[in-house]
Amino acid sequence: MRRSMLFLPANSPNMVVNGGVLGADSLIFDLEDAVSPDEKDAARDLLRGALEALDFGRCERVVRINGLDTPYWRADLEAVLPLGPELIMLPKTGCGEDVRQLDGALTELEDAHRLTPGRTGIIALLETAAGVENAYAAALASPRVKALFLGAEDLTADLRCQRTKEGAEILYARGRLVCAARAAGVEVYDTPFTNVDDLEGLEKDASFAKGLGFTGKACISPAHVAAVNRIFSPSEKEIEYAREVFAAIERGRKQGKGAVALRGKMIDAPIVARARLVLKAAAEMGGEEADSDV
Amino acid sequence: MSKLCKTLREAMERAGLQNGQTISFHHHLRNGDYVLNMVLEAAAAMGLRELTVCASSVFDCHRPLIGHIQRGVVTGLEASYISSAVGKAVSQGVLDKPVVFRTHGSRPADIMSGKTHIDVAFLAAPSSDPEGNCSGKYGPSACGSLGYAFADAQMADRVIVITDCLQDYPLAGASIGEELVDLVVKVDAIGDPAGIVSGTTRMPRDPVALRIADLAAQAIDAAGLLRDGFSFQTGAGGASLAAAEYVRRRMLEKKVRGSFALGGITGYMVDMLQAGCFQAIQDVQCFDLKAVRSLREDPRHREITAIQYASPWAKSTAAAHLDAVVLGATQIDLDFNVNVHTDSDGYIIGGSGGHTDVAEEAGLTVVAAPLSRARMSIVVDKVLTVSTPGSSVDLLVTQYGIAVNPGRPELRAALQSSGLPVKDIRELRALAEAINGPAAPYRPPRKRVAARVLGRRGEEQDAIYTVQ
Amino acid sequence: MKIARQAAAGSLESSDILVTMAPGGGEVEIILTSSVENYYGDAIRETMRRTLEELGVTSARVEAVDHGALECTIKARITTAVRRAGEEARL
Repeated sequence: MRRSMLFLPANSPNMVVNGGVLGADSLIFDLEDAVSPDEKDAARDLLRGALEALDFGRCERVVRINGLDTPYWRADLEAVLPLGPELIMLPKTGCGEDVRQLDGALTELEDAHRLTPGRTGIIALLETAAGVENAYAAALASPRVKALFLGAEDLTADLRCQRTKEGAEILYARGRLVCAARAAGVEVYDTPFTNVDDLEGLEKDASFAKGLGFTGKACISPAHVAAVNRIFSPSEKEIEYAREVFAAIERGRKQGKGAVALRGKMIDAPIVARARLVLKAAAEMGGEEADSDV
Repeated sequence: MSKLCKTLREAMERAGLQNGQTISFHHHLRNGDYVLNMVLEAAAAMGLRELTVCASSVFDCHRPLIGHIQRGVVTGLEASYISSAVGKAVSQGVLDKPVVFRTHGSRPADIMSGKTHIDVAFLAAPSSDPEGNCSGKYGPSACGSLGYAFADAQMADRVIVITDCLQDYPLAGASIGEELVDLVVKVDAIGDPAGIVSGTTRMPRDPVALRIADLAAQAIDAAGLLRDGFSFQTGAGGASLAAAEYVRRRMLEKKVRGSFALGGITGYMVDMLQAGCFQAIQDVQCFDLKAVRSLREDPRHREITAIQYASPWAKSTAAAHLDAVVLGATQIDLDFNVNVHTDSDGYIIGGSGGHTDVAEEAGLTVVAAPLSRARMSIVVDKVLTVSTPGSSVDLLVTQYGIAVNPGRPELRAALQSSGLPVKDIRELRALAEAINGPAAPYRPPRKRVAARVLGRRGEEQDAIYTVQ
Repeated sequence: MKIARQAAAGSLESSDILVTMAPGGGEVEIILTSSVENYYGDAIRETMRRTLEELGVTSARVEAVDHGALECTIKARITTAVRRAGEEARL
């Protein structure tokens, strides 16, 4: 389960070392914006060493490489791929072709390092107007794509508008991404909330994104992880309802009924599918609730 | 004869200060204090020798003290806390006579009982009238509470008030009264406001500290303490400071009306008072301007003496009413003994302050610290210095989990049933070693005693040896 | 790998190590200042020596200022500094 994805600057030993205990479901080791051009080599070496030596517990490991329009991305991949990160995040994904280019490079490297072909997934970071418009094509461009992720800071610059706390300017992009991701059958993650100290603002922003259908949200501060986890976890009510759904089906089966109703409503396939997702998430949470959730 | 003296030297002469006597200071001006240096400079100019400095704490701004020790002006030092600049010199053996460390509670206790005799107390006062009615609440160097100065003022043979803000008689709202004061001196400045209190205490940004603080608050909740009447204290830095924020959130969520916050007080505690988390603040020391203002303006925010704070011989104390305290540590060992006196190389970098007192008295004592700091494990086989005995410590909270003192099985059960990550302290020790790699065994050589660490009741608790 | 010029990697931050590599006089010379010398000084020098050996460096003057870096960080910083000091052009 991936609710919170926490960005960590890949060239900061102190942050990287402690990544595993900050409560995030996924860690995004950032080789892009968090690393200055003349430190890209050092960040790659440090990240390699860390991925090799350190235990990040249950955290999924994501590496944000540099964009395809830079001279760095291939070296980034060559450095980290042998260490088996679960996902590569592709910044400034503009179209399906970008995804296919990365896919090709990953296939070559997996082959060269005798890794299971196709084991490395892709998260497409959509942070340009073109990227948002092409999100559906990007999601379908490779079976490696596991999720779409909205980057609102760069996007608003491209849209030539102000980024606001309320976020009216990114409402369209949020809706479009959720729709594209669901249509393509992949997950979808919301842009991080950038004011580190405004926890109330974070709650509102994350709840809004959850309401739109996002799977989870990225965090630029570990202080945001707990709230994001909580908001994107199924609530007790949802879990309770999901359990009732399966109990009702079971009762119906024993009584030999074809159609079953719960709380006056017929249980149909979408309700069952949703209940299954809720219970799966709840089961995964059970193991680590103690560690992180408020 | 007027109490008012023209110069500090005149006051010291009128007080009859002699070679070999003991002079005392409080540390409410913290790292901005000018008074200790000013007095020693005058003493040196008067040709005085072999003085013993009995200060509640010594900070880095008191570096000139080292020179006075080297020249024989000062030959004895007693304190509850000595920060690293003077601490390093002491550890290198600058003094022949071992430093005496007492706790914030036992220092005034020994002064009141006469065990510690003070010849002349120098009382830095942010405002005073010419008769010595004085307060920390007003004036350009306002520091808030004068809690650590009361015992000195009461028991010293002579009391000299040093102020940079002389007010008309009588100073309403004075904390320490004229009946205790012999002499008053007006100087240009008693301290540097920038070093006395910080403008605002900022929440640490360090994600590990926040993670630990969150766990500490969860542990306090799991122990069943977050109910009406709750009383609470935290340290003023790192994870222990941040714990206040997480406890606040939980108290507000559960609509808990607590009793009091205690200790060194930061703006966070003031926020909690104003949000209705507590009925009162009992303040022995202010850490920031928000706390100073609140003490001055809010009658629910009360100045208390160090005796009332934590004296082991008082008829009752605020510390004894404390439900939970969150404290720091530089080292903690497998028996839960805590070191806050020395760093891993054995140099003096602090002292108990009130750590030992409140740890012993509080219902729940939580030590909150990262498992490692820059490759040094906080959990060690044996601490270099026992500052607070393990019998006073209930929980160690790190980012990797919580260790419960084996003497508290019911607490362990409560935490486990709340789903908190309870680990054996040996597991945490092993985890730190797995991350940092095995450390070479090191213990500073035990040649000469640099400092004696006294327990709360005056017992010889541990000794700190010279390094190098 | 030949150390052709002076180059550094790392930082003076806590948990990091600043490594400065310079051409040596035929052997590997290590000058270490560490905040954890008493506990890890020998281990750090050993990590540095081993990493240099693995990288085929036989002559270098290495100065390092350590603030409690873990072994994987020390290895990474040495690797970066050696590459930067080597003859091959940097990316």
